[in-house]
Amino acid sequence: MSKKTRLKRFGLYLLMVLMAVFFLFPLVWMISGSLKLESQLYADLDKLITFLPTPFTLENYRNMFARTDFFRFLMNSFIITGSTILLGLVVNSLAGYALSRLEFPGRKLVDSSVLALIIVPFEAIFVPLFLIVDWMGGLNTYWALILPFVADPFSIFLFRQFFVQVPDSVEEAAYLDGAGYWRTYLQVVVPLSKPVFATVAIWIGLNQWNRFLWPLVVTSGKAKQPLSVGLREFFTNPPVNWSQILAFSSLMSIPILLLFLAFQRHFYKGVAAQAGGKG
Amino acid sequence: MLLPALIGLGLFLLLPSVSAAVLGFTNYILGPIPTEFVGLHNFLRMFGDSTFIRSMLNTLYFAALVVPLQTVLALILALLVNRKVAGVNFFRAIYFFPTIMALVVVSVVWALLLNKGGVVNGMLGKVGIGPIPFLTSSAWAMPSIVLASIWQGAGLQMVIFLSGLQAIPKRLYEAAEIDGASAWQQFRHVTIPQLRPTILVVVVITTILSFRLFVQPFVMTRGGPGGSTQSIIMYIYDKGIGDFNLGYSSAMSFFLFLVVLTISLLQRRFLSRGE
Repeated sequence: MSKKTRLKRFGLYLLMVLMAVFFLFPLVWMISGSLKLESQLYADLDKLITFLPTPFTLENYRNMFARTDFFRFLMNSFIITGSTILLGLVVNSLAGYALSRLEFPGRKLVDSSVLALIIVPFEAIFVPLFLIVDWMGGLNTYWALILPFVADPFSIFLFRQFFVQVPDSVEEAAYLDGAGYWRTYLQVVVPLSKPVFATVAIWIGLNQWNRFLWPLVVTSGKAKQPLSVGLREFFTNPPVNWSQILAFSSLMSIPILLLFLAFQRHFYKGVAAQAGGKG
Repeated sequence: MLLPALIGLGLFLLLPSVSAAVLGFTNYILGPIPTEFVGLHNFLRMFGDSTFIRSMLNTLYFAALVVPLQTVLALILALLVNRKVAGVNFFRAIYFFPTIMALVVVSVVWALLLNKGGVVNGMLGKVGIGPIPFLTSSAWAMPSIVLASIWQGAGLQMVIFLSGLQAIPKRLYEAAEIDGASAWQQFRHVTIPQLRPTILVVVVITTILSFRLFVQPFVMTRGGPGGSTQSIIMYIYDKGIGDFNLGYSSAMSFFLFLVVLTISLLQRRFLSRGE
């Protein structure tokens, strides 16, 4: 290897490391800030030691649990996210399967309508949706936080695209054995389609876990609020304690971090799916 | 099989979309005033409403900064991790991770980092810069929100670019190499033209996403200082949920939808021309 290529390699590597520093330092600071006293949060700002949790303490976590109902919010987030994933997988996969297999009048129309609905930005419909949900008596209920996000045109699209690629011959054997659409679907198609189920689960799950505007609009009080909105309690109910906020933020991110480490590949697909194109 | 999905889509997506369009032509306000059909009144009012215009301009300003910066950064990241070097998967994961964090958390953390007495100013002070009023001056507030947004979002565009880069046939590079093309020439004459459709997709997606700006200014600056970071969604939220002026906020929602729709259609035009 010539000296020039080695130098170039080193330069690119350095750039990669610098980028990593840029993407990591806010996270490091968040976690370390949650593990030291608030008075230390603004100490030694011009030294790298400010990124270390010294002196180390779990005080913020203890006080945060005492001050806010973290576990209530956590449970709400789990209920909302979990139910939306489960219902969403069933509803959207069935719809995607129907669109890829069944022949019925108006199929083309349904197909292109679903596709067209993908581009409706949620932020452009939340006001009338609020009105509809209010009219149905949904304010401060779990279902108002779950049901609007179950049937999702993009998830249907992902399922349909996947099922189209599954050859019919796979199902024919099941039909010959006398199984109907439903049994064939459950016993033959679903087990073949784990990757798309995983991608859709992550796509729905991420959106729900992090959703902010909608729970802000349809909930008040902590009974039904998820973590994302629960964080606001620190601001609406002073004094603001930043170290506790960081403790809350760190804990709130852990479930996602663990999921990410376990299912990295599906995350890339799921989030790229968010881009609305390249699954 | 289709029915549950159709009911869900109809009730929670189609109905509100249609309602936004219909309500936009009424003076519907929650309260005692009877609702009437007011024609184009709301839409005319929008263009005489300085707060609406300001919010729209703020959103456009945000888009004008985020789209080029984030696209270039994401492309650099994708090029960096599209090589066969040690630890590349590790770096990919680091660049990507902010994408899956809640925007509320991202906004809170960046608000603290960029505080006047925060870490960023501390470090800048060491090299003799600042302190910079990142969040409290109307000149710096939007660029600060842009910074936080890019930090959160670049990983997504990186993944899209990465799939685009990996779809470029290897033989094109081999041919260029035989012709004696330098790395830069290969980038300029092979990578960029081949990547054109992907670049368009990324630009359009980033543009649409930037019209949905809400959480970052809501948390980091509350739309201030002096309304300099109020986004269009924030204004819709204020009018619709704050003042219960559902007619007017629906009209603005409908207008926003038309803007996004136009961008999407332009994208389709551009893309089909590219093929």
